Amino acid sequence: MLRFLVPLGIFAALVAFLWVGLGKDPSLVPSPLIGKPAPAFRVVQLHDPNSQIGNADMLGKVWLLNVWASWCASCRHEHPLFMELARARLVPIYGLNYKDKREDGVNWLSQLGDPYVVSAFDADGRVGIDYGVYGVPETYVIDRQGIIRYKHVGPVTMEALQTKILPLVKELEKI
Amino acid sequence: MKHLLETPKNSIPGIFRGEKQKWPLLRNPSLALFPAPAAFVLPVPHHFFFSLLLLAMLWIAMPLAVAGEAQPVAEDPVLEKRVMALAEELRCLKCQNNTLADSPSELAHDLLREIRTLMQSGKSDAEVVAYLVERYGEYVRFRPSMNQTTALLWFGPLILIVGGAIVLLITLLRRRKRIAAATPLSDAERTRAAILLNKKMNDGAGEAGT
Repeated sequence: MLRFLVPLGIFAALVAFLWVGLGKDPSLVPSPLIGKPAPAFRVVQLHDPNSQIGNADMLGKVWLLNVWASWCASCRHEHPLFMELARARLVPIYGLNYKDKREDGVNWLSQLGDPYVVSAFDADGRVGIDYGVYGVPETYVIDRQGIIRYKHVGPVTMEALQTKILPLVKELEKI
Repeated sequence: MKHLLETPKNSIPGIFRGEKQKWPLLRNPSLALFPAPAAFVLPVPHHFFFSLLLLAMLWIAMPLAVAGEAQPVAEDPVLEKRVMALAEELRCLKCQNNTLADSPSELAHDLLREIRTLMQSGKSDAEVVAYLVERYGEYVRFRPSMNQTTALLWFGPLILIVGGAIVLLITLLRRRKRIAAATPLSDAERTRAAILLNKKMNDGAGEAGT
């Protein structure tokens, strides 16, 4: 009996591993930054080249950092959700306008609406590299101490917002 | 070659004019996340020649596009050689099976520039790799470093082969022992076996003969 059960067990384990592997999205790369302090940046603001914005300004509150660009189709896709989130005032959203032209970024926001408290302007993508951005849009949840708690790659969906991001924000705000 | 998450706007002005009702799915930005190939979008009989023209234009433009993607050679050829050698070892996160050296994506381009800057400032290869791993994770390395999480990856095949060899060895030894332990046939049994075998052989021969 054992001589049949052992190979069957091994086979079942293999199937289980492969089955789980099938359900995973290979384009999602786990970020090494989760649980680590958000990389420091201080760049000019999108709307005001004379003012700067940095992650240190947000210390003490839980906030979202959304990496977006006017040339990014998926950003347009997730944009209405951020507008709604901004209206609900559940969590402040800061934008990082990534590898964009200032004019295009400003136009995009004036046409579609601006859900961001402030958008930082990362023209050459240097901040993006520090944050390990590899596919726009990306969204980070950062806590009061400035630690990255969560990263969402790709357009944020209602599901991701309700099941992951907002519960996490609520929890972090309690601390 | 651009990644799905980072595609420029999907509308080509003019192509969709008047086609709104016909191709509602392709007009809907929420469903069409990436630009459909022009030849696929166009209704073939109507715009057939137009799509041919478009294809021809694409074909002509191709060398230009490739030329645009080529990496600028730094002033220092030695440094450039070092940059490219290291880039061969690193994965582009946008086109995941390409190395940084041969990926045409803009991110790869930016990262090469970053590597160049870091090397110019005197960083060693190991330090540059550490810089990238810090940001993008172990995944950027085509040859993962050895640590607790990658130990199974490195030693897994060896463990399997050694384990298999041990199982094989045990099985063979047990078999040999079993054969050795088996009591040899008595003379009577031997004769009976010979008779049975003979009979069978004769039967077989008889059948074949008829």
